[in-house]
Amino acid sequence: MSPIARTAPKPASTPQELIRNFCIIAHIDHGKSTLADRMLQITGVVEDRLMRAQYLDRMDIERERGITIKSQAVRMPWAVDGSDGPKSYALNMIDTPGHVDFTYEVSRSLAACEGAVLLVDAAQGIEAQTLANLYLAMEHDLTIIPVLNKIDLPAAQPDKFAAELAHLIGGEPEDCLRVSGKTGEGVDALLDRIVQQIPHPTGNDDGPARAMIFDSVYDTYRGVVTYVRVVDGKLHPRERIAMMSTKATHELLEIGVSSPEPEPTQGLGVGEVGYLITGVKDVRQSKVGDTVTNAARPARTPLAGYADPKPMVFSGLYPIDGSDYPVLRDALDKLKLNDAALVYEPETSAALGFGFRIGFLGLLHLEIVRERLEREFDLDLISTAPSVVYEVTMEDGSEITVTNPSEFPGGKVKDVREPIVRATILTPAEFIGTVMELCQQRRGSLLGMDYLSEDRVEMRYTLPLAEIVFDFFDNLKSRTRGYASLDYEPAGEQTADLVKVDILLQGEQVDAFSAIVHKDKAYSYGTMMAGKLRELIPRQQFEVPVQAAIGSRVIARETIRAIRKDVLAKCYGGDISRKRKLLEKQKEGKKRMKMVGRVEVPQEAFIAALSSETDSKDSKEKSKK
Amino acid sequence: MSPPALPDGDPAPTDGALPSSVLEGAGDRRLGVYVHVPFCRVRCGYCDFNTYTALELGPPSLPGASQAGYADAAAHEIALAGRVLDEAGLPERPASTVFFGGGTPTLLPAADLVSLLGAVRVHLGLAPDAEVTTEANPDSVTPESLAELAAGGFTRVSFGMQSAVPHVLATLERTHDPARVPQVVAWARDAGLAVSLDLIYGTPGESLADWRASFEAALACEPDHVSAYALVVEEGTKMDRQVRRGQIPALDPDDEAAKYELADEMLAAAGYQWYEVSNWARTPADACRHNIGYWRGDDWWGVGPGAHSHVGGVRWWNVKHPAAYAARIAAGSSPAQGREVLDDDSRAVEDVLLRVRLAEGLAAERLGEAGRAAVPALVAAGWVDAEAAPHRVVLTRRGRLLADAVVRVLLGWEQAPAPDGVVTSPSGW
Repeated sequence: MSPIARTAPKPASTPQELIRNFCIIAHIDHGKSTLADRMLQITGVVEDRLMRAQYLDRMDIERERGITIKSQAVRMPWAVDGSDGPKSYALNMIDTPGHVDFTYEVSRSLAACEGAVLLVDAAQGIEAQTLANLYLAMEHDLTIIPVLNKIDLPAAQPDKFAAELAHLIGGEPEDCLRVSGKTGEGVDALLDRIVQQIPHPTGNDDGPARAMIFDSVYDTYRGVVTYVRVVDGKLHPRERIAMMSTKATHELLEIGVSSPEPEPTQGLGVGEVGYLITGVKDVRQSKVGDTVTNAARPARTPLAGYADPKPMVFSGLYPIDGSDYPVLRDALDKLKLNDAALVYEPETSAALGFGFRIGFLGLLHLEIVRERLEREFDLDLISTAPSVVYEVTMEDGSEITVTNPSEFPGGKVKDVREPIVRATILTPAEFIGTVMELCQQRRGSLLGMDYLSEDRVEMRYTLPLAEIVFDFFDNLKSRTRGYASLDYEPAGEQTADLVKVDILLQGEQVDAFSAIVHKDKAYSYGTMMAGKLRELIPRQQFEVPVQAAIGSRVIARETIRAIRKDVLAKCYGGDISRKRKLLEKQKEGKKRMKMVGRVEVPQEAFIAALSSETDSKDSKEKSKK
Repeated sequence: MSPPALPDGDPAPTDGALPSSVLEGAGDRRLGVYVHVPFCRVRCGYCDFNTYTALELGPPSLPGASQAGYADAAAHEIALAGRVLDEAGLPERPASTVFFGGGTPTLLPAADLVSLLGAVRVHLGLAPDAEVTTEANPDSVTPESLAELAAGGFTRVSFGMQSAVPHVLATLERTHDPARVPQVVAWARDAGLAVSLDLIYGTPGESLADWRASFEAALACEPDHVSAYALVVEEGTKMDRQVRRGQIPALDPDDEAAKYELADEMLAAAGYQWYEVSNWARTPADACRHNIGYWRGDDWWGVGPGAHSHVGGVRWWNVKHPAAYAARIAAGSSPAQGREVLDDDSRAVEDVLLRVRLAEGLAAERLGEAGRAAVPALVAAGWVDAEAAPHRVVLTRRGRLLADAVVRVLLGWEQAPAPDGVVTSPSGW
């Protein structure tokens, strides 16, 4: 039998030497959750009969999409044979979000660990985001344990990818462990390796308490649950704690560990990982990266690395039914409790009515928030095309920050600066040309390129963020048959030749369709949008010109011809009730129309025109079902 | 004619009794009778009417569900009509018009149609100058059957000609030989019947020249009356499936508009007058009085499966399937499945949407304030005739093609159009 620890070390009184704190770095789909499931089972913290897939992923969206949005920590006992017989250790597995949007959260999770399991699909090799997180882990001086997963797959090529990993982190290909999260093969060897190789914490046992918050989750019943790693000292139940960034103090109502269900303890000792509950209702009062200390005996300096999450992408969200605006407002207030990165303010659009301009960490964040709003609050929403933050300097020297294209100033603009990112793309070598072509179209400049192995390449680019927020990732995926992966990080800003393209319906500007684009792309954007609207807007009683314009200069035009026939040919005895009801329905339908000047635009046209790609939308709809 | 899906409504009373509200103004309303004959030899691909082929019906469980027993069942409903109208306290009003539609009424022996007309005479009364029409397929009549109908009191026959162009008839799945149309028209004439021809335009694959040819063929028969309908691809029909699968092209409303305009021009040139959006008559006396009753809000009783009736603001509709219909009749109860008692708002809406279709137009005093205010704009847009306005709203040719939009404007549900040709366009283009 596997060495399930019979006498698990007690929380609050576990010597640091018996603690191992680690995380798993892996790409989406590389099997992190399945491996975590096996660990929970093999260490005996979850009984076989209670096991379910992706045990740690709590939100429906997480389970459905197979991704982890919020991280969590689990304490697992594990015994290893030593010189003086078997010895029980406490393993804290800190789950990290895998997506690029949540880099900051990842970095806080890493800061709570001494080691990381680098988990790579033995059939696919390392992906860009994993690489980015690996570099992040190396910067934090974590001990890396390379592991190839899914060795049970027929397509697995463990030798090839072991060589690739060895090349990346140094060491020998043989050092790579080979496991199957699905069958459990090699998982106990991995647990042994964690105990053997990952250093134990080395905090100051007696010093003032310092614990780093690496996650903070709002629970309807318990309020905010804060996950911490105690770096120095000790935290006890019922004591008063202080948040070092805000100086706010709270009483510790409950303190404990997750294994994986919450278990209150007599406190958390140095090096330990667990949760705190103080009764606060808003995750903003318990921010990721902040340092928790004892209010009576506070530490002098906070732990390094705290940063406020900064929104990178903005989009307007509007209820399709205008009367849902208060529902949307309440829904955002609720989501905010659980998402410190979510920022929003009310916004009014002439075309879409009342809504909110919302800042997101990135596109996935946007999608998740939108989906949660629609699913959990039963809202139908229109989102405007995602936009980034532009800094505009006017000729008179004044500065304007633009988060909504319709706010782009019309007067004399001296220069416009846009955010740029440093992107890393991993791709099979055969797609180098394709990726270069795409990046060039998106105004990218190549920084460098390295072969990870014979046929896999890491390409580094500087790209304007605006060019990747729309459909870059979809394009990258489809052009490389799904093989390429992408990671990016903010890399400052650059001045660029940007213009605002407006769309006019019968001479009236439609604010929701305005976009800030590079001058060279203004024409193609204008033509595309005007063409799309001509298809989407039903014919009216009069001819409707659809124009794209930069300022007063029209750059593209389409025409929606006037309707010529709008009559039911037959209207006899049996048709009359039907006809009247049809007319009454049309009258109701008018309520769902937005008037732009004299032009009636159905909501559906706005939605369709604003959704980036019909294909990807359709496939999403399908996957929902 | 009865449309495919019956409306939602309230349950109809099993005895068919009418509320006393129907008495108001009854003396000013004429009574028409519509008899629905729900049988066809074959079903056409575009047709969504309530009609059945022998194959679709299968062996009848009740005599009244079959073609052979149908006349008897329908006669029972006519008797019921006489009782119900009487018991409601309505004044004695002999039917001023009777219309046999379908389906294909002439699939029944002429004697059946004549006996049903006899039932109308007995139970409701028939005005001496009554207009009695039957629809007919060109291949379902003979000189003898037409003579028999005329002798039995029929005054008018409406042939489903649809087109004179073989490939168009083939797409519509009409089986008659176009050469037969002039022949049956001549037979009807000889029998002393007035003749109407029904045409359909906008069939996929029909060119403007095809339509002109059909029209020329129709006019060459010198009918007393012409109806021309844009083809509608109704949901659930075979043609609908063919369009969805891309086997035949979708309808083009611009093409339909052009064909309507062509038809109206040709008819005007040949001396016909439009009196309703889709109907033209050689003289005012040739207009179909029965159909005019629908648009003026008269009373009519619809007999047969799926048939609709209207008496003084109460509309009801019969169960759809011949078997269900026969069962109700056999049980001695009303075949009505549902009904609605129109409120004032609904009556006002119907008044506008029906009357505006007529060449006599809609009196402005029947409109609300918003509607009256919109009339000048409708005139300016060229949709409403300037001479009749502002006292009457009479549609121009262009307005007829946009009649539904005109109705929405007149009801204040939609903005009045901008004056013709004035489209605000920003600088540049």
